[in-house]
Amino acid sequence: MPRPRGPRGGIPEKSKDFKGSMKRLFSSLKSWHTLILISLILAMSSAILALIAPNKLSDLTDTITLGISPKINEEITKKIMSDESIKLEDKQTFMNLMENAQNMDSDELISKIDGLPNSIYNYIKPSIDMTKVKKIGIVLAIIYIVSAIFNFVQQLLMTTVSNNFAKKLRTNISQKINRLPLKYFDQHETGDVLSRVTNDVDTIAQNMNHSLATLVTSLTLFLGSILMMFITNWIMAITAIVASIIGFGFMGVILKKSQKYFTQRQIELGNLNGYIEEIYSGHNVVKAYNGDKQANKEFDELNSKLYICNKKSQFLSGLMQPIMMFVGNFGYVAVCVVGALLTMNNIISFGVIVAFMIYVRLFTNPLSQIAQAMTSLQSIAAANERVCEFLDEPEMSNQEKCSEYLEKSKVKGKIEFKNVKFGYDNNRTIIKDFSVLANPGQKIAIVGPTGAGKTTIVNLLMKFYDINDGDILIDNVSTKKLTRENIHQLFVMVLQDTWVFDGSVRDNLKFNKENVTDDQIWQVCKTVGIEHFIKTLPGGLDSKLGDSDTVSQGQKQLLTIARGMIEDAPFLILDEATSNVDTRTEELVQKAMDKLTEGKTSFIIAHRLSTIRNADKILVMKDGDIIETGSHDELIAKNGFYADLYNSQFQL
Amino acid sequence: MLKIFKNFSKKDIFLILTCVFFIVIQVWLDLKMPDYMSQITRLIQTEGSQMSEILKQGFYMLLCAFLSLVSAIIVGYFASLVSANFSLNLRGKIFRKVEKFGMEEIKKFSTSSLITRTTNDVTQIEMLISLGLQMLIKAPIMAIWAVSKILNKSIQWSALTGGCVIILLMTVFILMLIVLPRFTIVQKLIDKINGVTRENLTGIRVVRAFNAEKYQENKFEEINTKLTNNQLFNQKCFAILNPVMNLVMHSLTLGIYFIGAYLIEKANIEGKITLFSDMVVFSSYGMQVIMSFLMLAMIFMMWPRAQVSAKRINEVLDEEEKIKDGEINSSDSKEIGTVEFRNVSFKYPDADEYLLKNISFKANKGETVAFIGSTGSGKSTLINLVPRFYDVTDGEVLVDGVNVKNYTQELLHNKIGYVPQKAIMFTGTVASNVGYGDNGKEKATIEEIKKAIEIAQGTEFVEKMPDKYDSHIARGGTNVSGGQKQRIAIARAIARKPEIYIFDDSFSALDYKTDYTLRKSLKKFTSDATSLIVAQRIGTVINADKIVVLDKGECVGIGTHKELLKNCEIYKEIALSQLSKEELENA
Repeated sequence: MPRPRGPRGGIPEKSKDFKGSMKRLFSSLKSWHTLILISLILAMSSAILALIAPNKLSDLTDTITLGISPKINEEITKKIMSDESIKLEDKQTFMNLMENAQNMDSDELISKIDGLPNSIYNYIKPSIDMTKVKKIGIVLAIIYIVSAIFNFVQQLLMTTVSNNFAKKLRTNISQKINRLPLKYFDQHETGDVLSRVTNDVDTIAQNMNHSLATLVTSLTLFLGSILMMFITNWIMAITAIVASIIGFGFMGVILKKSQKYFTQRQIELGNLNGYIEEIYSGHNVVKAYNGDKQANKEFDELNSKLYICNKKSQFLSGLMQPIMMFVGNFGYVAVCVVGALLTMNNIISFGVIVAFMIYVRLFTNPLSQIAQAMTSLQSIAAANERVCEFLDEPEMSNQEKCSEYLEKSKVKGKIEFKNVKFGYDNNRTIIKDFSVLANPGQKIAIVGPTGAGKTTIVNLLMKFYDINDGDILIDNVSTKKLTRENIHQLFVMVLQDTWVFDGSVRDNLKFNKENVTDDQIWQVCKTVGIEHFIKTLPGGLDSKLGDSDTVSQGQKQLLTIARGMIEDAPFLILDEATSNVDTRTEELVQKAMDKLTEGKTSFIIAHRLSTIRNADKILVMKDGDIIETGSHDELIAKNGFYADLYNSQFQL
Repeated sequence: MLKIFKNFSKKDIFLILTCVFFIVIQVWLDLKMPDYMSQITRLIQTEGSQMSEILKQGFYMLLCAFLSLVSAIIVGYFASLVSANFSLNLRGKIFRKVEKFGMEEIKKFSTSSLITRTTNDVTQIEMLISLGLQMLIKAPIMAIWAVSKILNKSIQWSALTGGCVIILLMTVFILMLIVLPRFTIVQKLIDKINGVTRENLTGIRVVRAFNAEKYQENKFEEINTKLTNNQLFNQKCFAILNPVMNLVMHSLTLGIYFIGAYLIEKANIEGKITLFSDMVVFSSYGMQVIMSFLMLAMIFMMWPRAQVSAKRINEVLDEEEKIKDGEINSSDSKEIGTVEFRNVSFKYPDADEYLLKNISFKANKGETVAFIGSTGSGKSTLINLVPRFYDVTDGEVLVDGVNVKNYTQELLHNKIGYVPQKAIMFTGTVASNVGYGDNGKEKATIEEIKKAIEIAQGTEFVEKMPDKYDSHIARGGTNVSGGQKQRIAIARAIARKPEIYIFDDSFSALDYKTDYTLRKSLKKFTSDATSLIVAQRIGTVINADKIVVLDKGECVGIGTHKELLKNCEIYKEIALSQLSKEELENA
């Protein structure tokens, strides 16, 4: 059973290019082609066995039927008459019965026959060919068992294929994330990528698991049952098919109608969920502004809209089952009536009717299953399209031309920006002509209003983005000639958004660096001032960090600073690294940092100007350009933009 | 689970009873059909039957099938009404309940959990009702009725059917036993895989800066493998279900015929024909019995999931809100615009340590009182006590000389204009966001809204938006920047024209210049309103009538900037961390 997924009858999404998507899916399943083929052959064989079975069952019924009617014919009568052991008296009774037979109805006749003396009764008593019954029974049992085994093996194979394929897709997506340029993530939401990893891959796996085999089985059953019906008796075959098609036409109409409500329902559900989310997360504002009456009103409106769609879509989808039943019964009666007509005229045997009763079901069931399988294929195609779209995104520039390598321990620490030009998209330049020189050991601060391009400078320095023009040199080597990995080795970067992942404090601090002892970790924690805080946590370094509220933003920020310190590299970038910490703590951290950055070239972005007063060089940026440079005192003396910005802090 | 069904309204119950009635009819019709089937069989078997007789029986059977369809449609209609109705009402109930919650209850459940409880969990139960209601009623009726019909026909056949039912139920039961616990594991792994991907995406710059791509990929791969293995195990287990089901059903038919052959062989001629038609009928009733037990098994598979949801919903509905309305609902006190804390202490109900200890101060009409202190010193908690987001543990909070607990919350909130730390935007327009809520007076006019935005320094950017004041604000305010959101939130408080303003660190998203001009124009406009301001920047508080300095939940100093600089060590430290000595003296 698949994991229950969403409301039943969810709308299948339409893919843009069904054929292309399926082709692509099929080729990416290459390593599993044999398994899939075996599985499909098994499915087909299982279906064929299911088709043979009714025929055998009809044989069985016929054999039993043959043993029901009394065997009265001239031959038997002669035998009875010539049998010396039977009393004359009894022979007379039998002859009388035979003569009067035409005047009695069948029930009366039968009871009279049952009343005949044993000597005669034994002659005319019908008997079933039990050896034949047994033989057919065994054959049928074998057919059923083999069919079940095929079915089971086929499902095992498909499950293996679909789950391993899903695993491969997930791995591919996860690795792709790390090969995409940051630009991609600026333009796409996290939720979008996430839903591809889970929902879309899941859709593919779940639907593939069932739909392919179902499709093959159903098609085989469908075509096979038509064939078998025609082989058995064409009049009956036409009866069964016509009767079923009338029913399905009816069902198609309903299906079409309900589709609309399902789409509508999905939309309304989305609206309502969005509204609930909005009100719940704004709960204190709603409360403080007495907005609850208004909220209730809007909620009720959305809720009753959903109610209407819910009602209609559920009703219509609930109709399918009863209609299917009716179609089955209708076919059944039609087969029986026509069958009876034919039996009475001795065109067919009763066994044929029994076989047809089963054929009617075999014929009607696959039709709806084929329809279902087709919709699942549609959702597979749509999901696969989205996954492929992600996997096909252009990756970061290749690094074959990066010939130089800077050894971490030998770097002196000089960085130079030379007429750098850059824009996130081609028609909007953010950094126009940026040149600056940072000598080894200098502390460079970048300030300026939001949108001035401060973070962009850092992004370029880290080679997260490729510059459009100009050059950035580290120790006189162009970063164009260095691999991204090499550059990243040289920098410690601490960002404004406190990124803490699900894991222990130790894992978060060590991150991917190996061979870090606990002593080293404690040392750094002491420097940053979170030693006490970590000790108060229930498991010390082993306590889990996550989305929990136990760790404040400020503490998380200190953790990320500690992580940066453990990493240790010749260059340091602090991008608003202390903005979530109160100013007193910040001062403590600053002191620790200063000790740490001694001799290191560092870049500091801050909107709290107090943080950067002691920088060697302050770059004041506005609209992608440096408009002022100098030390704090020089810039204040200049009485320009910086001074203005600075003084606005204490205006009254 | 049963408790949740108490939420059915009288109308629902009436509808359910109607459903039961029609289901009984449907079952009766469904079970009547095999009778006609056997009649037809008999007629075909017996030589010399009239065709008209067969047609008559066929017509009856079809009539049964049609009426069964009609009653199924009626049942389906009522069932969809019931389930849609149920979820409509239940969702409404939960929503209203959550509306009444205080911060304490919200925190206890967490916002995201409350959202899933109102949406997914309700859908889950709705599904159980819409699918299950019919099955749950129909299956037992069908099973009992069908069993009673066949029970006296033949012990051998009945035993066979019973055996098949037991095998099926055992299979389902054992499967559930093995697989259900694994479902929970799979669910957790899916959450984990989501978590790892999310962290890789949100921390993409950190991951790259640390060259930690491989590290993250390995972490992902580990969970991916676990997930795949668990999924494989589950689905392989379930692969057995379908073949077993088919095998059992086929075996039943085969078995009935096989046993039938022996029974017929032994009987006398009169008995043979009866037995034969009984056999055909029995095989169809036997199928019905198995089907109804399968339906029951399906419900038991759905049940545990729905049960979990029901439990989660009940938890919300049963939660008693701690904050209860007082009785004062009209404002007639002599004091206006005052806020007073008398020996206020506060701790979370299950916490050991106090977040606020013995705080006392008074803000008079027209005064500005600022609160400053390091992260975690309790500033936000303190002002959250005024609009009763929490209630005090000890002491009293008085607004206009009356304990806040004695007001109705509506009246209390009408006196207050609250701006949270994180600006909240509602889907709508700029104007609808600013004019949000109900202050017991008339709705704000567009002129008042414009004025409020002007005071909040938002005119410039709002005028630049495509539809100005009617510009669309997207869900969560994603189409406006942080600073813009904050200004709209402040304008919202201004448009409310309250006696008391509460700013919970509302100015930190603004740059110094905007912060300054905003506060200046606000002061001019609201000269007779009282303001409580939580702040981080010295510049924001420097001009306040009273500054309350908090440290670890205790008040370590109250006074003006100048006074505190002289006599409050902590205040001095905070100030010096932001400004130099000379600057402080000049200020």
